[in-house]
Amino acid sequence: MLAWGLVLVLLGVVAIQLFESQKGVVGRGERAPEFTLTTFDGVEITSDDMKGKVVVVNFWASWCKPCEQEAEELQIAWEYFEERGDVLFLGVDYVDTEKEALEYLERFQITYPNGPDLGTRIAQAFRLRGVPETYFVNKSGEVVFVQIGPFTTLQEIVDLVESFLEL
Amino acid sequence: MRKYAFAVLIILIISLSVGNADAQGGGPSDNEINAIAKNLYCPVCESVPLDVCPTVACQQWRQQIADKLSLGWTEDQIYDFFVDQYGDRVLATPPLRGLNWLIYMLPPIVILIAAIFLYRNLRNWRKPQLEMNEARSSSKGDYIEQLEDELEARK
Repeated sequence: MLAWGLVLVLLGVVAIQLFESQKGVVGRGERAPEFTLTTFDGVEITSDDMKGKVVVVNFWASWCKPCEQEAEELQIAWEYFEERGDVLFLGVDYVDTEKEALEYLERFQITYPNGPDLGTRIAQAFRLRGVPETYFVNKSGEVVFVQIGPFTTLQEIVDLVESFLEL
Repeated sequence: MRKYAFAVLIILIISLSVGNADAQGGGPSDNEINAIAKNLYCPVCESVPLDVCPTVACQQWRQQIADKLSLGWTEDQIYDFFVDQYGDRVLATPPLRGLNWLIYMLPPIVILIAAIFLYRNLRNWRKPQLEMNEARSSSKGDYIEQLEDELEARK
């Protein structure tokens, strides 16, 4: 009886793990995970800093070729919205080396806050599948759009942010 | 002729007396780097040890190991650094924390449960077989007795 009980418990644990792994990325309508990002400059950006803003969370890596396709567009979009104060672009560097990451940021002249995802905690919270992935979070802290793969045009990014600002 | 021979002799003596000059690379050797890299897994490409992973990203991580070794970091410090950066999953041997203990406990538990299950059921499977054989032999005996009685009666 004890043996069967143990087997059931173990099967339960395995089932939970399988269920979690099959969930997929954090999707539209879900509450965005709370996280703290410490930038390469040592600045800490917490969930409190994100409240009341449309937040664009972009996961990238210097070794990720598709990420390069959208790097300039993301920077230009940031420059377009920066002065408003109610839009925040965040770059989360996924399993990367600092030297190459900083070179990447320098190469694309990226100025919005970027930091390493230490221990891949933020990626795990978003149930990330790969890079690049971009999550749009509205002012209420809800995920409103998920972009898997790179954006192809600047207009896509601008239109999305503007649409979520109106909500 | 003598002059040439003398010159050749001088050259030979000089070349023999000069030792080999190794490349002045400094820094850790590939063996030292790979000794650590083989205990780490590529954080991106699943189940590929870092010492054999061919990607550019893995080359960067191996370079990171080389940089840390050059700074005098110990093996444990480098492993801790990689865990801080990329999580427990980069280690070839997962540490015993959280649900990782399942990786170590699960196989022996499953084997033990299977062994207990087999032992108990084997005994049960054997019992009915023995009882059936006994029943067969006793009914056979009765039948033969009956036949003999009938044969006797016919005589």
